[in-house]
Amino acid sequence: MISVERVSKSYGSGETAVRALDDVSLAVGRGEIFGVVGQSGAGKSTLIRTINSLERPDSGSVVVDGRDVTSLTGAGLRSARHNIGMIFQHFNLLSSRTVQANVELSLEITGAGRAARRSQALEILERVGLHGKAAAYPAQLSGGQKQRVGIARALASKPSVLLSDEATSALDPETTTQILDLIRQLSKDMGLTVLLITHEMDVVKRICDAAAVMSEGRILEQGPVEQLLTTEKSLLGHALFPLGDIPETDNTIIEITFTGATSDSPVIARLARRHGIDVGILGAAVETIHGRQTGRTRLELPGEPSAVAAAVADLRAQGLFVEVVK
Amino acid sequence: MIDRDDPYFWRDLFETILKGTGETFYTVGFSLLFTVVFGLAAGVLLVTTEPGGLLAKPFGSRILGTVINRLLDVAVNIGRSIPFIILMILLIPFTRLVVGSFIGATAAIVPLTIAGIPFFARLVEIGIREVPRGLIEAAESLGATRWTILTRVMVAEAVPALALGLSTTVVGLIGYSAMVGAVGGGGLGDVAFRYGYQRYSPEYMFGVVILLILLVQVFQSLGNFAARRLSHR
Repeated sequence: MISVERVSKSYGSGETAVRALDDVSLAVGRGEIFGVVGQSGAGKSTLIRTINSLERPDSGSVVVDGRDVTSLTGAGLRSARHNIGMIFQHFNLLSSRTVQANVELSLEITGAGRAARRSQALEILERVGLHGKAAAYPAQLSGGQKQRVGIARALASKPSVLLSDEATSALDPETTTQILDLIRQLSKDMGLTVLLITHEMDVVKRICDAAAVMSEGRILEQGPVEQLLTTEKSLLGHALFPLGDIPETDNTIIEITFTGATSDSPVIARLARRHGIDVGILGAAVETIHGRQTGRTRLELPGEPSAVAAAVADLRAQGLFVEVVK
Repeated sequence: MIDRDDPYFWRDLFETILKGTGETFYTVGFSLLFTVVFGLAAGVLLVTTEPGGLLAKPFGSRILGTVINRLLDVAVNIGRSIPFIILMILLIPFTRLVVGSFIGATAAIVPLTIAGIPFFARLVEIGIREVPRGLIEAAESLGATRWTILTRVMVAEAVPALALGLSTTVVGLIGYSAMVGAVGGGGLGDVAFRYGYQRYSPEYMFGVVILLILLVQVFQSLGNFAARRLSHR
């Protein structure tokens, strides 16, 4: 649905030039929720803005729903944008317009008639849970409600893609969860493809099917979230389960990732029993990813290297994802 | 010297001031109309033709945008830096060309407009600059045309600031109109000058001053009220 091919973009020139995007490629499938994570300054914002051509790349191409937006200008670009909704960290609602009029702006732009605008605006407002707020002004709403208006405005013209630029970063954790759940629900109901950028790992945990990690204008890894979790040295896998620094020890340290089916087998007890290893638990984290309990445990395995190697092999034989970190 | 004991003194004073007020409204009203139209356009262009602005490249030409921006900026600065009394005199040939005369209430509209446009343009510029960049971006993301962004986002969001700017401009124009009056432009300034100063009547002088104070109060309050009502921030 969204295909970013070898996109580069620099700001400034000469010595002081900053490479915001460095040969970035990305593919988001239809109906997928794709998250790009990274710290501020990583180039996420520039990346998402190339998708609707708010930012033009220096090279490379961006194809959305079969249309190469990098080659479009004027009316062609505007019509492509009608198919790509966008929501923002600071909502960007017009303070002079009511909630309904804010949503209607989107339909005024696509040229809908007065009656159609009204009925479609009210319908989408109902969908985002703002029934009864149509006549309010943005200043009278809470942050979460403002973002709901933003979502309604972005989706009023029934686009097939939604771009989310740090849409929950200005919201408290509880509101963030509600907004993310709403996006997930709308994505399912409307067959919407979502590309979101965020610096919050919780967003990825909560709604993303696939994710990419960005740093200094480059994509370091990308793929389905569950696959990244069980990839050696995956940055995302580690970031999702913060277990702290690895302690100083002579013993071997391993990390076991449990997903779905393997999460309830008595791994540690069996390890002690079968291999006679006095397993030390250094840390554990359990997260609900994609509605599924997923966990990671960091264990210290004292003992002979051969015994430890046998134990690790045994764990792997049980279908567990084991990473030897030290 | 006007005879204060003349039985018609107060009636004459009332009628003269009333007529002066009417002329002031006439000159200020028309110059305001032109000021708003051209000042709004100039103010909007000042903001939008800047590098990175909405009209940074009109007709695809960055040079044209820069030229318009620089020229407007210089023109506005010149307009703002010439003292009104001098501008008025400088404009006499132009006024004569446009109106056919440089004396009278109608002729006064020309220098008032020329002085009002750059004044209002700067206020428009400030007001429009206050509109957050994100709003323009949001409209762009919805596929809005530049005209839609200009009218329904930039200007629409700046309306409370424009209302305040408008009342400030009205007040400024009333002040200038009194100055035009002193050199034959009619209105309250004319009354104060001819009756109050040249014919030594403190009644006329104070009458005009009090009326001017009232007018300024009323228009400023109207502007403040409108700005408050129009703002939903």
